[in-house]
Amino acid sequence: MSVTEHQKSVYIAGQAADARISFDIEAEGMTLNLGPQHPATHGTLRIVVRLDGEQVIWADPIPGYMHRGYEKLCEVRDYAQVTTLINRIDWLGSFANEVPFILAAEELMGIEAPPRAQYIRTVLFEMARLANVSLFLGDMGVQLGAITPVFYAFRDREFVLNLIESATGGRFHPNFDRIGGLKDDLPKGWIEESKGALERIRSFCDQMEDLLVGNIIFQERTRGIGIIPRDVALDYGMSGANARASGIDWDLRRDEASPLAWKHADWKVFTHPDGDSFARYWVRLQEVRESTRIIEQLLGGLPAGPIRAKVPARIRVPKGEAWVHTENPLGEMGYYVVSDGSPGGPFRCKIRTPSFSNISVVPWLLRGVYVPDVITILASLYFILGDIDR
Amino acid sequence: MSPVAGSVFGIHAAYWNTALLKTLAVLIVAPTGALIIVYVFMFKMMAHMQSRLGPMDVGPHGTLQPVAEAVKWLQKEDVFPARADSRVFALAPLVVLVSTFLIYVVIPVSPRAVAADLDTGVLFALAVSSLSVIGVLMAGWASANKYSLMGALRAAGQLIAYELPLVLAVVGVVMQAGSLNLNTIVLAQAHFKLFGVGGIGFFAIPQFVGLLLFLVAAQAELTQTPFDMPIAESELVAGYLTEYTGFRFLLFFIGEFATAFALAALAATLFLGGWYFPGYGLHWGGLAWGRQLVGPAVLVAKVLIVAFFIFWIRFSFPRFREDQLQAFAWKFLIPLALVNITLTGVLKVAVHA
Amino acid sequence: MPEPDAVGHALGIPKGFAKGLGVTLKNLFTPAETVQYPHEKEAVTPRARGVIALKEDNCTVCMLCARQCPDWCIYIEGHKDKEPPRREGGKPRTVSKLDRFDIDYSLCMYCGICVEVCPFDALHWSPEFEYSEPNIADLLHDKVRLGQWEDTVPEAPVLEAGAEAPKGKKK
Repeated sequence: MSVTEHQKSVYIAGQAADARISFDIEAEGMTLNLGPQHPATHGTLRIVVRLDGEQVIWADPIPGYMHRGYEKLCEVRDYAQVTTLINRIDWLGSFANEVPFILAAEELMGIEAPPRAQYIRTVLFEMARLANVSLFLGDMGVQLGAITPVFYAFRDREFVLNLIESATGGRFHPNFDRIGGLKDDLPKGWIEESKGALERIRSFCDQMEDLLVGNIIFQERTRGIGIIPRDVALDYGMSGANARASGIDWDLRRDEASPLAWKHADWKVFTHPDGDSFARYWVRLQEVRESTRIIEQLLGGLPAGPIRAKVPARIRVPKGEAWVHTENPLGEMGYYVVSDGSPGGPFRCKIRTPSFSNISVVPWLLRGVYVPDVITILASLYFILGDIDR
Repeated sequence: MSPVAGSVFGIHAAYWNTALLKTLAVLIVAPTGALIIVYVFMFKMMAHMQSRLGPMDVGPHGTLQPVAEAVKWLQKEDVFPARADSRVFALAPLVVLVSTFLIYVVIPVSPRAVAADLDTGVLFALAVSSLSVIGVLMAGWASANKYSLMGALRAAGQLIAYELPLVLAVVGVVMQAGSLNLNTIVLAQAHFKLFGVGGIGFFAIPQFVGLLLFLVAAQAELTQTPFDMPIAESELVAGYLTEYTGFRFLLFFIGEFATAFALAALAATLFLGGWYFPGYGLHWGGLAWGRQLVGPAVLVAKVLIVAFFIFWIRFSFPRFREDQLQAFAWKFLIPLALVNITLTGVLKVAVHA
Repeated sequence: MPEPDAVGHALGIPKGFAKGLGVTLKNLFTPAETVQYPHEKEAVTPRARGVIALKEDNCTVCMLCARQCPDWCIYIEGHKDKEPPRREGGKPRTVSKLDRFDIDYSLCMYCGICVEVCPFDALHWSPEFEYSEPNIADLLHDKVRLGQWEDTVPEAPVLEAGAEAPKGKKK
């Protein structure tokens, strides 16, 4: 297929604009490159910012420095291999990445995992949320200058990671979900150990409340900063805690019929009307606390039974398409799996990641913002590069 | 003022020898103070507050780590920006260091041991501490980096803004003691009777507002969190220290922590009684040199207490934005200091009347 | 969230500061839980995916693990030998012999697909992890070394209440 003249001129204009960005002094305003190596962006995100004195005129995020070709990889690997690879998309909440993919494959094959497996899947999913979001709670402190909370975050999520490791074998990349259930059952004493870990996370949340939320300096730095109104958030496809902090009452765990076990626990969805950076922090803090309650309830009522349904040794997914999305720690993550019925892997797998949509609001959001607040806003949006670039 | 007769720590010497010894003493004490602060607070207290252990390998419990750090910085390549103004670039850390070392000159460590017993001690100390602003501006300018200059200007703005609360906080103490001489201020605290009880008359209690103001202003003078925007600005734009590495950065580093020790020592002297503690004989005719060592020990203990608070706040709070920082200084701290001065004056006249 | 009144807000500022300072002070006096590796070692959970061990006797050179590895980090070479028949008057048997079985740990993702897929239970996980090398070529563990890891393979852990007993030979 040949490239049209229009496409050519657009491409050349883009390259020229990119070249101009490298110039230091411009007629009005200063162009600043945030990244790709930068302590404030969680990974290799490049944001080109045009400043007029202290204010941002425009900002342009340039992702792609970490693109690993996941969707192509999914085409040339089979289902077991894809399961282990997609752990690495959102590497902090890694079990959560496997779940929608496996659910899509189960939907195509018409297999239902036994209840015990669904419960444990949900528990591990929520633990991924604990590991992921508790790091955010500490990290936001660091971006704002409070160096201590992030150490508490790392210390207290170690207990969660140890739990995940004792069940799955891997702290960060569990590779535990299988079509039809899970790889193994829980080792003895796991439920007892989980109580200690959940208690640590709860005390960590209390400490964050005292150290950051109750601190007037933190409030002055985050209230009213980076307000995303409700309709703008909907327009840009934001999801997860970012959307809920703008007042959108949408949580896929509650609103989407899912074979996972969230409906068996009693829990609340938290929203905040303000839509500023403080709201995003507050919503995530409450979500972590609520997750510990979900895990506790599910582990208290864990049904006995097999851990995996009867699945043929050679997986062969019949022809079809399935779309499954879940409320991942970062937002709404979904897999659109297309199978052509051949043995081996998916024919095509489209991965919808939350951070990619979440940072699409950055050009709109950073206009007119003062330079010190840019860091605050980026920290509060909480994206992970693996999630943006795949 | 002529040198006090008798010996200092058992050393009798003619005037010029004494001046040489005193210079050496200051040159040794200042970096040692910096190293103590770095080890106790930056390595160990910070580590334990963050639920970790800090350096443990170099020396028992990592006590030699500051030495290792110094050696590390010394052996780095001396990088010089090509377009930098070389003389100003080289002089900037020295200006900051000199301004710090000069503070040590007036702090009394025992009834007779002070490098220069100036009648205007307090004024001198605060004046030379503000020389560091020049060093910061020199560093930012000479780096030939637009962002360094911006960072230096912001830092200078912050340092100048917080000079006023620092000075005004001390005025209450000066009024109560009736003198600018630091030794006189310590003696005034020794003799001060608080609610009729002698021996606990440290100015921290009647001048607690002044102490708070001094600590907050000192925190800002040291560009520590919550006032560390000039340094942390290197997240987005380069701070004034960016182009410095190796030996020059070590000088800035030592300067920062030596200033911390010095300002804490000033606070200890002005508000906590300096080398005095109840029972320490004030009659130094014939004071044995062994007993004279108690003074510095007491002062160091008080410095560590003051520094504890400074660093405790540093590790616990997020940072102010530049405009919030300035508003805090001009709209809150300075009016509070003026109120404190007024009250002190009124009470002094009323109580003595 | 409703905003507190002005006086309450003003009083809340030092209270907020005090609470934050209290948290750090409390942590100052709580002993750190740091495990000073390498002077002290942590107990690793038995299921931890540290290194893969090979039981050579079970391997039939079926190549499933090498095929399924997402990174292609397993290198297998084998040959077929003719062995005498088991009984008198039978046909000679063909037996696969393993010549080379290397796992390149510089590529290995520690996903465990090879261990799971092996039909003959020749590969096992071991929680050992202290095998880093200064030379990257030494991260290629050959047959002999992989066999040595077998001693470190733990027993299958007892499962939690309510779990079904594992069927077959898999952990």
